[in-house]
Amino acid sequence: MILEVDKLQIHYSTRSGVARAVDGASFVVPEGRIVGLVGESGCGKTTAVRAIMGVLAENGRQAGGRVVFKGQTMDEATTRRLRWRDIAYVPQSAMSSLDPVYTVGSQLVEVLTKRGTHSRASARARSAELFDLVGLSERRLADYPHQFSGGMRQRAAIAMALALEPSLLLADEPVTALDVIVQRQILDVLRSLQQRLHLSMVLVTHDISVVAYLCDEVVVMYAGQVVESGPVREVLARPRHPYTMGLRNAFPDLLSDALELVPIAGSPPDLSEPLSGCRFVPRCPFAQPACSIDSVVTGSDGHRSACRRDAEADTIRTAALDPRTWQRSSSFAMS
Amino acid sequence: MAALVELRDVVKHFPVTRSLSELVRGAHPAVRALDGVTFDVGDGDAVAIVGESGCGKTTLGRLMLKLVEPTGGAISFAGAPMAEITGEKLRAFRRQAQLVFQNPFDALNPRFTIYRAVVEPLINAGIDKAEHADRVASAFRRVHLADFDRYYDRYPHQLSGGQLQRVVMARALVLGPRFLVADEPVSMLDVSVRAGILALLREVRETMGLTAVYISHDLALVRYLCERTLVMYLGRVVEDAPTEEIVRRPRHPYTQALVAAVPVPDPDQSRAPLPIKGNVPDAREPPSGCSFRDRCPHAMPRCATETPALKPVAGGHQVACHLDTPTSP
Amino acid sequence: MAERAEPVPARASWPLLPVLKRMAAMPLKDPFAFAGLVIYLLFVLVAVFADQLAPVDPLEILFTKAGKLAANVPPGVEFPLGTTNLGRDIYAQLVHGTRSALAVGLSAAIIVATVGTIVGLVAGYFGGTADAVLMRIADMALSLPFLPFVIVLTGFLGASTSNIVLAVALLLWPNSARVIRSQVLTLRERAYVEAARVTGASAWRILFVHIAPNILPLSFVYAAIAIGWAIITEASVSFLGFGDSTSVSWGMMLQDAFASQALSRGQYAWFVPPGICIVLVVVAGFFISRGYEEVFMPRLRGR
Repeated sequence: MILEVDKLQIHYSTRSGVARAVDGASFVVPEGRIVGLVGESGCGKTTAVRAIMGVLAENGRQAGGRVVFKGQTMDEATTRRLRWRDIAYVPQSAMSSLDPVYTVGSQLVEVLTKRGTHSRASARARSAELFDLVGLSERRLADYPHQFSGGMRQRAAIAMALALEPSLLLADEPVTALDVIVQRQILDVLRSLQQRLHLSMVLVTHDISVVAYLCDEVVVMYAGQVVESGPVREVLARPRHPYTMGLRNAFPDLLSDALELVPIAGSPPDLSEPLSGCRFVPRCPFAQPACSIDSVVTGSDGHRSACRRDAEADTIRTAALDPRTWQRSSSFAMS
Repeated sequence: MAALVELRDVVKHFPVTRSLSELVRGAHPAVRALDGVTFDVGDGDAVAIVGESGCGKTTLGRLMLKLVEPTGGAISFAGAPMAEITGEKLRAFRRQAQLVFQNPFDALNPRFTIYRAVVEPLINAGIDKAEHADRVASAFRRVHLADFDRYYDRYPHQLSGGQLQRVVMARALVLGPRFLVADEPVSMLDVSVRAGILALLREVRETMGLTAVYISHDLALVRYLCERTLVMYLGRVVEDAPTEEIVRRPRHPYTQALVAAVPVPDPDQSRAPLPIKGNVPDAREPPSGCSFRDRCPHAMPRCATETPALKPVAGGHQVACHLDTPTSP
Repeated sequence: MAERAEPVPARASWPLLPVLKRMAAMPLKDPFAFAGLVIYLLFVLVAVFADQLAPVDPLEILFTKAGKLAANVPPGVEFPLGTTNLGRDIYAQLVHGTRSALAVGLSAAIIVATVGTIVGLVAGYFGGTADAVLMRIADMALSLPFLPFVIVLTGFLGASTSNIVLAVALLLWPNSARVIRSQVLTLRERAYVEAARVTGASAWRILFVHIAPNILPLSFVYAAIAIGWAIITEASVSFLGFGDSTSVSWGMMLQDAFASQALSRGQYAWFVPPGICIVLVVVAGFFISRGYEEVFMPRLRGR
């Protein structure tokens, strides 16, 4: 395991109190694998990677749990030391984070000489290498960011993150604002990086089809907690948590024969209010009274689910395919 | 079936700031947002317009609502040329043609209450005040916003994205339109609420007998809404066919690439490698002939000289590609 | 969703009302704006009750009980701030000077805000020729040197307070017009403005119902700034001796004090109080404008 996140708690102090954006999330990233962190907006996925990277917003703090990187528990000092060198981060707005007044190449050289140990000459050679790695022509190093298309800027942002040869790359919604064809090209770049550099990756996304295309493992988050995790094939083909099933059935599929999408009624809970048990209960058509009391994580090492009714997962999965199941799900509908 | 909206060779150019050399040469560069678009939207039909950003699909939607005027060509609505729809006729047109916006967080005036937002079209249309409350209530009922009167006094920032999009739809439906343009109606929404909005769009279209145009970048979504899809590339329609045909048997190389690029939520479906490379060229200087030719794996010499026209190849399937229209001797 | 049932008066009120309500409530949130408002209120009270606070005519030449000219009397019980070298009551001048200061400030502010807002709205929304013409006029007004222009204009039209106000207004409207125009340019592209078009709202309705309420706080910012500028300008012009010699103003007091060498005689009570008053009114204006800037750019409230 290159990265272990154990019962991580991230709190934000806001005007309406403390928001527990990440509330006891645990997951692992095996060496050389791509892990997809999926969930809807506000589920804590971005907060989780920002915490790993040590770039939380001013009002956020780690209130509990730990992050272990290569066997070493991360604290402020180690995070600062490892940031960019061993762990790199491509933030959500990476495309717009290039400075418009310098050429892309000079910004890359800057990173290599200031943060790394390169001389200017070796930094230039390395820049060309990095551009090649992400599928950009060496000639484009002399261009300014505005001369780049959205896809090329995203490639440049990835090149910049890879500058100091990190072993773990955290990418937040790297393809979200891009057109499908460009999106596919970037995903292919990420895959080739994993293969050529044996890079480990955490990919934050709301798009399960991106996870299906690129990732080896998937971690599904809901309301600050991990509800299900495991190998992509397992989790997407045989989801065990009703939220994962709902998400899967709500997702449009170009190739499926079903011409009906199934919405999940309701919306995620307010994280600044005290919550107990499984957070999905108010929206879950399969919830039972016990679900509101506490949640249990079950499953073998490979495929884990935080559903109390995990034993009935197969029957629940069949029922979840029926849109009527999800209509106006009141708390203790099916028992 | 009669066409409700007809577009004939519609062209829309947006002037761009000239560079110094262009100024000297006296050139008038323009982004060719639309470059000769012809199609009909049948009364009661649901048509999707699909393409990447910059292909002209949003401009097309705005032209059909008379929010911008075409540079060339003609558009007509219910038989009347759009250019002649002005003054009182325009007021009548505004009652019949409505828009659902991409970003529900921006589509509602932050200073208006929800009730105020939905009653606004009635005020503009000069509907008798006594009818307002009833018509607003029935619009809210149509969009299935439960306990809607509780939202009346709220402001947009107090609602979730899904609720807001329902309010936006209520506003679009309150005048009882017959034509609806929806520009990426779910792309800003969370996955779990998307399905609900899509189902609602489908439902109102059926119950109100609406003619609808859906603009989207997402082929996978369009399948759930429209029987017919137009694929656009750089201001032109390159393929026009029943949606299932587009998805299962795309004929234009660009459509083939688009279909191949769409990710699917099933890891067991192996996706073919992308058949094209490169980026969309600058819309100020598109390639001669077929604007897709420099990315096309099948490009022939003829593609550089002759712009392919949209031609029927099978029942209801039209393609603008020389592969499908061999040179006649 | 935690939602409580609330009574529903389904009324369509003019959207300006909530904006005005919020603007009225603003000073309570921002301590600087609050201080500015308190200072203004004090000065307004002084101006309104000037005749009661200082019953003496500020321009009357006073005599002592012995019948001698009461010139350069030091501050005391009879004359709280002493008298001028011509035997005029400084305290009375200070109190009455508040009136002309506020009159100048407020009238300039109203003209600047009104003209600037209307020009900004029209130029920003309609664009084209109207925009080009209005903005070129604004450029010209902006290129005029400030004080010389005021002095020349009052020289031509006569040295009255209203002409000073006119001159200040002529010079200050372009600032607000330009900023409001650029704001209208961005608001015009907002989806909800397009939505208003699609639902059949007329151009004027869009301008005044959908756009104007959003730029009103900005008009207030510029009005508050104009108050300060107008008062400073009036004081400067009076101090330089180009002011209205028949009215009492703080600038005129400073000029009198300067001309009669009050500084060298150590008559601090003559020129320090009007100086402080000018600073207070101007600073209060800037404090309030600062507060409204925050109303204008509220942080996006999370849901």
